[in-house]
Amino acid sequence: MTEPQPEREPDPAPVRSEWPLYEVFLRGKRGLNHVHVGSLHAADPQMALHHARDLYTRRNEGVSIWVVAASDITASSPDEKDPFFAPSGDKVYRHPTFYQIPDDVPHM
Amino acid sequence: MSTDHDSPYDLLGDDHDDGHRWAFGTGFTDPLEGIDTAVPAGVDRAALARYCLALGDDALIYSHRLQQWVTRMPELEEETAIANIALDLLGQARMLLARAGGILGRTEDQLAFFRDAGDFRNVRLAEHDDRDFAELVGRLLIFSAWRLALFEALEASPDPVLAAIAAKGAKELAYHRDYAARWVVRLGDGTPLSHRRMQDALAAIWPLAGELFQPDADARAAMPPAAVAPAAEPAAAVDAVIDTVLAAGGLDRPGAAPLAGAVGRAGRDGVHTEAMGDILAELQSLARAHPDATW
Repeated sequence: MTEPQPEREPDPAPVRSEWPLYEVFLRGKRGLNHVHVGSLHAADPQMALHHARDLYTRRNEGVSIWVVAASDITASSPDEKDPFFAPSGDKVYRHPTFYQIPDDVPHM
Repeated sequence: MSTDHDSPYDLLGDDHDDGHRWAFGTGFTDPLEGIDTAVPAGVDRAALARYCLALGDDALIYSHRLQQWVTRMPELEEETAIANIALDLLGQARMLLARAGGILGRTEDQLAFFRDAGDFRNVRLAEHDDRDFAELVGRLLIFSAWRLALFEALEASPDPVLAAIAAKGAKELAYHRDYAARWVVRLGDGTPLSHRRMQDALAAIWPLAGELFQPDADARAAMPPAAVAPAAEPAAAVDAVIDTVLAAGGLDRPGAAPLAGAVGRAGRDGVHTEAMGDILAELQSLARAHPDATW
């Protein structure tokens, strides 16, 4: 059974009902690189940056924030999982695990 | 400390700063714990206490007004921003009331919860009930621009405790002012509807702003000597900031006259708007129903 959909008036001015999505990346003081922590809605990149400050750095997590519009991210598709990733699954020799790492080499 | 993490977010939440995990509870109750709270010789103790009480009351009442917006904001992200600002102000209120209370022999809780409206010294701008988001950001712009200018001057206060509180608060207030300014510009420079409502909001707030720049006799004890005499200077600096923001948003400066006090007395003298009774009823009723309760 399909319910009849009410006819919608076309909006006089195209106003988005929701702000676009931005992805947030943070770098902690000790961290080496920015890591993805979540997403948020904002009207523009500057607002996204401020929202990220208010949502994701409340507990002193970060000293640097990146925001990027989610629509600008090109992502691999789950459908391509096998051709993309399966071939590297059995090539253990690509892991640099056959070396002794000196104790004073950090971040390994 | 373990460095294994399932989530990179946990890694970011790690202790970056010598054990200051303040956001997860600190365990201490005195906001000035471990600080030398002796008042320097030559500083008028009573005037300093009154001055800290006034600035603390501003923050306490303003924070409560902002807390009332929580769950009512137009966007979740903005709600968090406003809650953060309310928490910053509550933190300032705690330290300032503790500073005043230390001199007066009362705790911050006694000062916050067991005084009546006539004993509160906050400006009436802090009590205002914002009718819409435009009033919220317009009022915050004026309040934070004024308070930031004041705190920057107080960083050189002869009282080292007040100077430290001001230095910490100035960083918070700079963000509050930035947040408010961005929204005033965005609404002023937005659609005809947002522009009109922002202009209306400024007109509604403006009469309350005059009180901020009234000379305060108690400031003599708290301010560095150079800053006391020319009371007009902070007003000029704040005006310049507000004019810059209004110009960027294409908004006109309202010409409304300052809200009159009762026979020359206003918020700093304990004369408040009728909203004050409702605020205190909500703020104080739990503490008064269960005195000395802990949770």
